[in-house]
Amino acid sequence: MTMVIQSDIHEIPIIQMKGVSKIYGRGAAAMQALKGIDICIRQGEFVAVMGPSGSGKSTCMNILGCLDTPSEGVFLLHGADIGGLSRDQRALIRRHYIGFVFQGFNLLNRTSALENVELPLIYRGTPLRERRRRAMRALTAVGLNGWETHTPGELSGGQQQRVAIARAIVTDPKVILADEPTGNLDSERSREVMDLLTAFNREQGITIVMVTHEPDMAAYAGRRIIFKDGHIDATRPEGCSA
Amino acid sequence: MLWETIILAQRAIRRNVLRSTLTILGIVIGVAAVIILVTLGNGATAQVTSEISKLGSNLLQVRPGQGFRGPGGTRSNAPNFSMDDAAAIAKEIEGLAAVAPSATQGTQAIFGSQNWSTSVTGTDNNYLLTRDWPMAGGRTFTSGEIKSGKAVCLIGATVQKELFGAQDPMGAAIRLKNITCEIIGVLAAKGQAAFGMDQDDIILVPIRMLHRRMAGNTEVNAIMVSARNGYSTEKVQKDIERLMRERRGITKGKEDDFMVRDMKEVMAALTGTTRVLTALLGAVAAVSLLVGGIGIMNIMLVSVTERTREIGIRLAIGALEKNVLMQFLVEAVVLSCFGGLIGILLGLAAASASAEALRVPFILNWGIVLIAFLFSAAVGIIFGYFPARKAARLDPIEALRHE
Ligand SMILES: Nc1ncnc2c1ncn2[C@@H]1O[C@H](COP(=O)(O)OP(=O)(O)O)[C@@H](O)[C@H]1O
Ligand SMILES: [Mg+2]
Repeated sequence: MTMVIQSDIHEIPIIQMKGVSKIYGRGAAAMQALKGIDICIRQGEFVAVMGPSGSGKSTCMNILGCLDTPSEGVFLLHGADIGGLSRDQRALIRRHYIGFVFQGFNLLNRTSALENVELPLIYRGTPLRERRRRAMRALTAVGLNGWETHTPGELSGGQQQRVAIARAIVTDPKVILADEPTGNLDSERSREVMDLLTAFNREQGITIVMVTHEPDMAAYAGRRIIFKDGHIDATRPEGCSA
Repeated sequence: MLWETIILAQRAIRRNVLRSTLTILGIVIGVAAVIILVTLGNGATAQVTSEISKLGSNLLQVRPGQGFRGPGGTRSNAPNFSMDDAAAIAKEIEGLAAVAPSATQGTQAIFGSQNWSTSVTGTDNNYLLTRDWPMAGGRTFTSGEIKSGKAVCLIGATVQKELFGAQDPMGAAIRLKNITCEIIGVLAAKGQAAFGMDQDDIILVPIRMLHRRMAGNTEVNAIMVSARNGYSTEKVQKDIERLMRERRGITKGKEDDFMVRDMKEVMAALTGTTRVLTALLGAVAAVSLLVGGIGIMNIMLVSVTERTREIGIRLAIGALEKNVLMQFLVEAVVLSCFGGLIGILLGLAAASASAEALRVPFILNWGIVLIAFLFSAAVGIIFGYFPARKAARLDPIEALRHE
């Protein structure tokens, strides 16, 4: 037991936020969306982020996804400080380590499922044949074998979200960030999506951070982080200090 | 990566065919206009040049009065030259290949029932040398014919056609006024010349014959001079001017009452004019290319706004600013190059059709085709850059929220 804890202590957490604040606007119009939060997430965790609307969940996810930077505090991704990085440097981190799943799917219209899944690999400079192979494998993994030529308009909501998941995992990312991935889906489709995420988390050890309003969905996660008015209330795993 | 970007661009363009077509219309029209104007302009220049060169190489024309008139043009008050003037030029000016006095009269030429109004020029064989006119058949004048002023003549192709049709004119006798004149030679056809004059509509006779039997005087309307190869026509021109001022008793300070016209100068002036005209029209057409460029910028801006979400997705997934910039820039350049290609094809087709209609030679100038193409590519880059940069600088979070 002691041995396990020891090794856990030396493992660098994949996500560490220390006193992170986010302030939108300036002067009188300034609005503090995050008020000095500490988060620590270890590699391979599946974390549910919950809390009322407007409490800062999406703001936090944007920082985790390197789409935005904290106004104050430190955000370490696998020990590396993201705060001082340029736009393009953050794009490279997204390209190589992070997969996104959005509430609104965010697939390219009038573009086939296969090409949508290939997209992140294009920016990685993966050669065409390798790209096709990996995209097909990802589509198969989400159960969409045979649907690769269909465009988003020809797919159901559940299928679209599975294409989006395939696009997120095709690059073998370290982290998947999912902001209300089941928000637009009925409970049956939601369960399919959650089963997929759980599978990728278990089988490939991909760390998953997922925002959800539904306790049913949060139940799939290992633990919860609750947001309230820019503050958080989290159960912390042992040995992980923010 | 670039190839994939081009594929991506043409796919985006094909997705909205009608709009893409309208977008490139400005470029198509601009490029087509440039191609048409420059091609026709070059054709016109080439035509003028070749026509003037038909007037003879190294040719200087000495004429009474000031201001340029074509052969047989109206006379001014300035006195004509004499045979002695021509002889003096031949004797005293250095570097001449040939000197030919000439006197011209309008007249009717009659053969059988055929009647043709033309002009008769009295001169000698040197006339053919100065003007570089070859013979199509027969012979030139003998020195005996020149000396005695015998009634023999050389006819131009137009006169031959009008009086004889397909018949052989050689040895036939035609009537000029009331003189019967034997045809001893036919001049090679030269075609339509500059200023709309038909250089083949001419009859040459020994000058003595014209003086004695037609004109009743011994005046010389013009002296044709050709400089020997290697001699500067400018110097010859100056020398003749000095000699003629002396012979015509023009005192210092008074203006010449004659002129020595260097045909090369005329050629240079005329081609210069057509070149300036071509350049001007080309510039006007280039302005329409700029207008086409603004059209492209306009549509690209609309496209960036419409595709904000797509841009957001690409940026979130890991596209760098330069990836997005390239994507939209390549799209603009593919559009404008495509417009340029269509414009070039349309322009060449229209230019060849109108060259035929205007009877100007169609001269395909690859240089201008290349320039037009590069110009349209440049228009795409210049006017596509601003929208592309706008796309590249979008905030991914905002862009993803965009409806
Ligand atoms: N770009 C922005 N500019 C200004 N205020 C913002 C911006 N994004 C979010 N906010 C504000 O920050 C707060 C937290 O928003 P958000 O993180 O989206 O909440 P949640 O995702 O938990 O619903 C809200 O009050 C929201 O209005
Ligand atoms: Mg939200």
